[in-house]
Amino acid sequence: MIEQAVPVLAASELRPAAAEIFLLAAACVVLLAGAFLPERRRDQTFLLTMLALAGATWVSSLVAVPERTVVLYGQFVADPLATLLKLFAYGTAAVTLLYSRDYLRRRGLLRGEYCVLVLCAVLGIQVIASAGSLLSLYLGIEILSLSLYALVAFDRDNGVAAEVAMKYFVLGAIASGTLLYGISIVYGVTGSFDLGVLAELVRGEAAGGIGLVLGLALIVVAVAFKFGAVPFHMWVPDVYHGAPTPVTLFIGSAPKLASFALAIRVLAEGLGGAVAAWQDMLIVLAVLSLAAGNVIAVAQTNIKRMLAYSTIAHVGFILLGILAGTVAGYKAALFYTLTYVILAVGAFGVVLLLTRQGFEAEELDDYRGLNQKSPWFAFVMLLLMFGMAGVPPVVGFWAKLQVIRAVLDVGFVWLAAFAVLMSVIGAFYYLRVVRNMYFEEPADREPLQAGAAFRLVLSLNGLAVLALGLFPGALLAVCARALG
Amino acid sequence: MITLAHYLTLAGVLFAIAVAGIFLNRRNVIVLLMCIELLLLAVNFNFVAFSRFLGLLDGQVFVFFILTVAAAEAAIGLAILVVLFRQRRSINVEDLDAMKG
Repeated sequence: MIEQAVPVLAASELRPAAAEIFLLAAACVVLLAGAFLPERRRDQTFLLTMLALAGATWVSSLVAVPERTVVLYGQFVADPLATLLKLFAYGTAAVTLLYSRDYLRRRGLLRGEYCVLVLCAVLGIQVIASAGSLLSLYLGIEILSLSLYALVAFDRDNGVAAEVAMKYFVLGAIASGTLLYGISIVYGVTGSFDLGVLAELVRGEAAGGIGLVLGLALIVVAVAFKFGAVPFHMWVPDVYHGAPTPVTLFIGSAPKLASFALAIRVLAEGLGGAVAAWQDMLIVLAVLSLAAGNVIAVAQTNIKRMLAYSTIAHVGFILLGILAGTVAGYKAALFYTLTYVILAVGAFGVVLLLTRQGFEAEELDDYRGLNQKSPWFAFVMLLLMFGMAGVPPVVGFWAKLQVIRAVLDVGFVWLAAFAVLMSVIGAFYYLRVVRNMYFEEPADREPLQAGAAFRLVLSLNGLAVLALGLFPGALLAVCARALG
Repeated sequence: MITLAHYLTLAGVLFAIAVAGIFLNRRNVIVLLMCIELLLLAVNFNFVAFSRFLGLLDGQVFVFFILTVAAAEAAIGLAILVVLFRQRRSINVEDLDAMKG
């Protein structure tokens, strides 16, 4: 052992990971700033965080690679998919922070913690997106999850949020344990953590071995938990409902990119040879998610809870794309994930837009007569709801179409028919929000209190949904290049 | 002679005890945190056993990372517990019923 040459880390090995290193350093700076700035200047951490995200975007595009590059002894992969997901995650986090600013300031919560935790969560997403082995994947998941548990509980005077955080934490820890148990069995069967090596081994032999299938099943359970797929969805409605709305906005958007990266890296890349084994498991998850998500959402009166069940239904669609097991399916799932993130950010943005001191705008009845108060933002919400329902001129339609086409291509006609049927049920509760906005009388006449930047970005968000629906080609091409 | 199967059985039993402890426990949140700790340590058993019997070291390296993450996880869990206790003056699992998932 001693005679082995000690490998030296070259600078070229660290270059692809520059964005992660930058963001980690930036998070430390924001943490220190939050701790040492005087109380009345605490909200400058917000500005620093925005700068950190802008810097990370710059570094990521600077070190972007056209082809798959593996560094750090197989732990870190840089490829177009990772770059795309990271850039999207920065953008989502920045928009999330912007939407949350007024809400947090009104409630005296705009301090360093929120910004630092969001940056750490983004770091976790980066690590998952670039994971080259099961070890870095696990560490990325934990960086992300631990930040999210703390985010849910960070409003210390909110008893419901603390309870929900505890539930989320316990269930999340069980999921992590399951993932580790699965990883340990896969390691025992194959003797490797490296996803590239695993792909070779699984393709060669033992693709249907009982040990590998057991490990795979445990890993799929963990993936389903992180996505929030039925029957591992118990945390989703409670966390979405109980967490402060800015935190719900964040949890509902950026971590979906990480879940997608997790599924692609483990299932498609590492265990692609065992597609026959995980396809059946994902079919069960997708069917249950589509059914339970859409049906239970109809019965909700709280919009955060309704959007939570709608998330579960959308996860069903993302899983449909992945379970096709073809490159076209992965592209469709990626396209669906990206459009869903845009839609979710916008929808929770509208919820935040309506909040004011002492008013949370959480009930569906709070959206009554929005058209009379603000015709423009009622229209934006209309676009977002149509997008989620999958009504043609808006982008959600193309996302659903791509996924269904991918599923049809591999011969699952019944699955495609089921997905369409469930979307029709889903349209009901989205349209109920639209009806409330346009055909009901408003309960109060309080004007909207949001600042100009918030209004501008939310308007752009709504228009992006429409523009991508009219011209989906650009985003489709981006997805095709990322997985090409 | 203790074989790989013995280690794997032990790890499996510990894992099952931990999961059962989480779901059956109706009294104390701290017991939940202890069960989570046991869950991760059961998995560590698996990693070390496989590492030893495969003659590869990387499984044991993985264990160090899990131990570190477990420490961070316990810190977060206890922090949430403190917030919860300040609000409720109770750490009884049955009192956590404001939300029905």
